[in-house]
Amino acid sequence: MNLTAIDWTIMLVYFAFVLGIGVALKRYMRTSTDFFLAGRAIPAWICGLAFISANLGAQEVIGMGASGAKYGIATSHFYWIGAIPAMVFVGVFMMPFYYGSRARSVPEYLRLRFDEKTRGLNAISFAIMTVFSSGISMYAMARLIQTLRIFDAFFLRMNLSHESIFDVSIFLSAIIVLAYILLGGLTSAIYNEVLQFFLIVAGFFPLVWLGLKNVGGWQGLARKLPESFTHSWRGMSSPDTNPLGVEWFGLVAGLGFVLSFGYWCTDFLVVQRAMAADSMSAARRTPLIAAIPKMFFPFLVILPGLIAVAVPAMTAQRAAPDSSAIRYQGVVVQASGDRLATAEVLRSSKGLIPPKLDATGNPVVDSNGKPQYDYDLAIPMMLLHYFPTGLLGLGLTALLASFMSGMAGNVTAFNTVWTYDIYHAYLNRKASDAHLLWMGRMATIFGIVLSIAAAYVAVKFNNIMDMLQLVFAFVNAPLFATFLLGMFWKRTTGHGAFAGLLSGTVAAALHHGLTLPIGQPTGIKGGWISVHHYYPSEMAQNFWTAIFAWSTCFLVTILISFVTKPREEHELVGLVYSLTEKTKEENVAWYSRPSALAGIVLGLTLLLNVVFW
Amino acid sequence: MGLDIRLPIGSMFTFIGLLLSIYGAVRPQSSESVGININLTWGVVLLAFGIIMILLGRRGAKALKNASSGDALPSQKAP
Repeated sequence: MNLTAIDWTIMLVYFAFVLGIGVALKRYMRTSTDFFLAGRAIPAWICGLAFISANLGAQEVIGMGASGAKYGIATSHFYWIGAIPAMVFVGVFMMPFYYGSRARSVPEYLRLRFDEKTRGLNAISFAIMTVFSSGISMYAMARLIQTLRIFDAFFLRMNLSHESIFDVSIFLSAIIVLAYILLGGLTSAIYNEVLQFFLIVAGFFPLVWLGLKNVGGWQGLARKLPESFTHSWRGMSSPDTNPLGVEWFGLVAGLGFVLSFGYWCTDFLVVQRAMAADSMSAARRTPLIAAIPKMFFPFLVILPGLIAVAVPAMTAQRAAPDSSAIRYQGVVVQASGDRLATAEVLRSSKGLIPPKLDATGNPVVDSNGKPQYDYDLAIPMMLLHYFPTGLLGLGLTALLASFMSGMAGNVTAFNTVWTYDIYHAYLNRKASDAHLLWMGRMATIFGIVLSIAAAYVAVKFNNIMDMLQLVFAFVNAPLFATFLLGMFWKRTTGHGAFAGLLSGTVAAALHHGLTLPIGQPTGIKGGWISVHHYYPSEMAQNFWTAIFAWSTCFLVTILISFVTKPREEHELVGLVYSLTEKTKEENVAWYSRPSALAGIVLGLTLLLNVVFW
Repeated sequence: MGLDIRLPIGSMFTFIGLLLSIYGAVRPQSSESVGININLTWGVVLLAFGIIMILLGRRGAKALKNASSGDALPSQKAP
């Protein structure tokens, strides 16, 4: 990548502001509530943007672009069937309990509603997963910086070794995030997430604009791509007739219900941002406000993926200072020896997407001899293709910002859960508030250190990302059943919840061990007990694992609850739907009422589904 | 919190918008086969966005200052 002074300047300006915000907020960090919950003083619109921005890590930006290139607009289901209904649900129905119970974290709500062991199970599994998530963000960012050769020219000039680029990226990102969270706590993380949101829009909007103009608008795009790519519901009656390889029921129940609700309704990373709101009404509106930009995000992150496969390999040349430079798709990549630029690679690319290359530089082929494509490079290749220097700096900064907002979200969630739910609950019950504030800062430091360790584990075991995806799915899928029963059925007991969670996770693991997607080897992809059923695609297997896990948890929780003693009703006031006064929606404008907002959001989402049917 | 978030956001985008529009005006590069001077165009858009944010942020800060000196805030915070 040829970056010039203006690109670097833009990047440095961004990092200066990120750190500056932390510095400016330090003086407001007086209590643990200030540090972990932003003093519960943040207006709804800021919480809303932080809500989606914390979730918008690189895996989403890069991953959605990759899915768009691979599956087409059907990827939008992750948003329009997955995220949006879940966000509406958590805002309208669950926030009253999260915010009203004054719980300072999701595990703490579980303690209030159930018992210690349920809280402990959730706190520990969440803490571990969130640290690994942060580490993987770091790893992915460093890998991308390496692949795109962002720092190469700079390192060359400073006579630093090429191999150290990976390490430097990891440590730089770690230090920046560490600095602004140490200084300003959750407030700093939230402010930076909002900044990152606008930056991501600023970086990706022109990309879509230029790309669409280039291919002839949506019509032109639709003409260049297979029909299933531009119609999200085409062929959904059977797994064999659509690119995702799953039928509509598996999609709606697995993705739309279990996985999405499991994430948006119970993951403290996002719920924390709503808990920081300055009032109950603001807390309820936070996910709803977040849903509005979220539903339009497919146009920013998925569309570039579609455009990337529609664009033929570029013929225009860019000016290169070095005449011996090798051009890949007309862009100068490296002076020599760049394996991405061989003639064979150029010939076998799909649009802008290069084939996956193995260690020796030859394209990787699957069992049918067809080349496998490196879809993760869809968005970066688009940036390189369309952005001149200047805007390229902005686009790159937006990409880096998305990585960092994901990291920071995980770290703030971790330091809160550690301090309140593990340290304060089990290790030091008598800690003063000042001590907890200090602990929060320490937790930030060792949270980042653990994330760095996780990033290096990912280097060693390149299957680790798949493994962790799996573990998250196993643990998250049953969780929503627990919360649903806990919030809406007063008879649910702690023993039931705990048993449900455990059995749900075991059921997920069993289902995964007994099934396999067609064409995959047994092992990390499934079938490690024995293969009893084949699924048409990985997604189908994923969604059905979730359905089984959730159902098991649901049933077991109900059964065990019936044979164990529930808490006294007066203890559950404010924690369960039937025992809580319905919040009268205050004298706010009609469009600010959660129910009205929810209606608008769902209506728009339905419209989008119809338009892209 | 005491710092209105619109101020740093506005400042950053004003800065970046200025950088991009000046660069785009001085070194016009039409984007790959699309023919728009995207640096200039987008730079101006970001500049406008940044300025609007700063104005909104200052209005919010002024309202806060008026409130602490006794006047009512234009919008009431919900309990």
